[in-house]
Amino acid sequence: MSILIDKNTRVMTQGMTGKVGQFHTVACKAYANGANCFVAGVNPKKAGEQFEGIPVYASVRDAKAATGATVSVIYVPPAGAAAAIDEAVEADLDLVICITEGIPVHDMLRTRYKMQGRKTLLIGPNCPGLITPDEIKIGIMPGHIHRKGRIGVVSRSGTLTYEAVGQLTALGLGQSSCVGIGGDPINGLKHLDVMRLFNDDPETDAVIMVGEIGGSDEEECARWIKDNMKKPVVGFIAGITAPPGKRMGHAGAIISGGQGGAEAKLAVMEECGIHVTRNPAEMGRVMQKLLKG
Amino acid sequence: MKIHEYQGKEVLRQFGVPTPRGQACFSVDEAVGAARQLGGGVWVVKAQIHAGGRGKGGGVKVAKSLDEVRNAAQRILGMQLVTHQTGKEGQLVRRLLVEEGAAIAKEFYVGMVIDRARQCVALLASSEGGMEIEEVAARTPEKIHKVWIDPATGLRDAEADAVARAIGIPDAALSQARSVLNGLYRAFVEKDAMLAEINPLVLTANAQLLALDAKFNFDGNALYRHPEIVAYRDLDEEDPAEIEASKFDLSYISLDGDIGCLVNGAGLAMATMDIIKLYGGSPANFLDVGGGASKEKVTEAFKLMLRNSKLKAILVNIFGGIMKCDVIAEGVVAAAREVHLSVPLVVRLAGTNVELGKKILVESGLPIISGNDMADAAQKVVAAAQGSH
Repeated sequence: MSILIDKNTRVMTQGMTGKVGQFHTVACKAYANGANCFVAGVNPKKAGEQFEGIPVYASVRDAKAATGATVSVIYVPPAGAAAAIDEAVEADLDLVICITEGIPVHDMLRTRYKMQGRKTLLIGPNCPGLITPDEIKIGIMPGHIHRKGRIGVVSRSGTLTYEAVGQLTALGLGQSSCVGIGGDPINGLKHLDVMRLFNDDPETDAVIMVGEIGGSDEEECARWIKDNMKKPVVGFIAGITAPPGKRMGHAGAIISGGQGGAEAKLAVMEECGIHVTRNPAEMGRVMQKLLKG
Repeated sequence: MKIHEYQGKEVLRQFGVPTPRGQACFSVDEAVGAARQLGGGVWVVKAQIHAGGRGKGGGVKVAKSLDEVRNAAQRILGMQLVTHQTGKEGQLVRRLLVEEGAAIAKEFYVGMVIDRARQCVALLASSEGGMEIEEVAARTPEKIHKVWIDPATGLRDAEADAVARAIGIPDAALSQARSVLNGLYRAFVEKDAMLAEINPLVLTANAQLLALDAKFNFDGNALYRHPEIVAYRDLDEEDPAEIEASKFDLSYISLDGDIGCLVNGAGLAMATMDIIKLYGGSPANFLDVGGGASKEKVTEAFKLMLRNSKLKAILVNIFGGIMKCDVIAEGVVAAAREVHLSVPLVVRLAGTNVELGKKILVESGLPIISGNDMADAAQKVVAAAQGSH
């Protein structure tokens, strides 16, 4: 088992025919069971065409009806990306993963408002996607650094997630699923939501949680962990050295009004029993030590 | 993106929020002329810089004659204004706002922010006008009133009235308050702002509500649909290195230290700064080269870092995913040659084609120090910066 996706997941790609979409669709299709998983693309102007043998449909609804795909990944450029999420939500997909970086915040506020009471889950935007090693990868992460195993990874960052995964793999610790929830201030699943799923997943033994400055999601997750989590959690927060009031690359990575600093997050996480490290090179080793007990 | 107070007031007026009459000025003579034109007997001369805390730093003066306007303008224009938000070196004042004076009876704070946890727009209001909201939040949080706004309805009249009463706006001014709060909310949403503050909002002696200050911060990702906001951009208020970086699609932020960092990805870039600090060094910058670090981008990134005269060493930390390490290594070598790199360079490569990448670095003949992992690379660059390498 795994969380959210596995080898039986069927995926459509919104924005498949653009440059970025094409590149990553090829890589995702080539990974593990990808050839069977990626079954549709969506582009109203190219309906009826094919890319790499994957048929293109005019709408999410059409793609779902024709192929049974229940998950979508979005590479649509920022100006149209929120509308692409809306379309997937209206078609009642189970899960939407939005890779696009740079969506206006007010667009995401409107989209999140429309998602209230709907069944669709959202990962991202501005995220690398998610992967269940040796089964399926949906997104832009390099598949080959992963290894099948029993550690869950959840992170707001892209390459820092790869860093954590790389450390685990180098130590022989495989991963159950790795989820990049994205670096935007207004997004879908939070650390807490993904942590719940890992807690309930019988094939996940422990979790690495990678956060960064800005907002209070890590603190909320930590408090939930204290009362509910049955598995050990290793934590790291990026941005101890970040100055206040500056956006550190990610739209959501900003310490504002004295809120969202790394030390404060680490303190809450520590209090809640998370095994935090201040050294990003030690995430894997802290986990290894913990598992050896 | 931040704008000046006088620009913020222009935006507010478009949404029906009253402000004092005033004029932006770029010279002392212009300031005196503006005061003469405005008429009346009291004027306020205000430094226009993007940082807050201008009053305390001596950037705001009340003048009761045209001579006093001239004196104030002479003193403020061209001064290096230091506030708690500018840093020690302060910010050069190049623009003034000259306004008619207002007889203030009461001051309030009203602001709009994006509440990340609730994923909606929140109105903040307080009776403590003129004080920074963070300070009020820390000292007397009970004085901050918050309304989470339903995007389907906008700010309802009943909500506006309740919050206005709560902060002490008299009943006679409630309809004005409604109009101010609604105008602020519409400006916030329609202009894609991340922050909008009126601090203070004042009640004048003749019972008028006026926005005495205006602070906006706009969403950089939405500027493509707001050319009118982009036109407000004042490059003099921004860090030249950050402006240069944005031309090459690099995300760069200057810091105080002496070790330059070039990293792919924002999270890893922050973690790289953190690990340098952890091993006793001090990062000179945040620099995310993004997904496609071409030779051109790496070269520009090196040039940017080398503009900093304090720079003692550079750490390149790349986790190659989509980006292949051999491509990056070639970019690093070419860039190092082109800029005649004068400080020690430590490179840590991981991920796709890492062995090929390392080989290119070694065979380049350049004095590049190779880092095996993040910790090793950080220790090496700290040692190099301290000259003990």
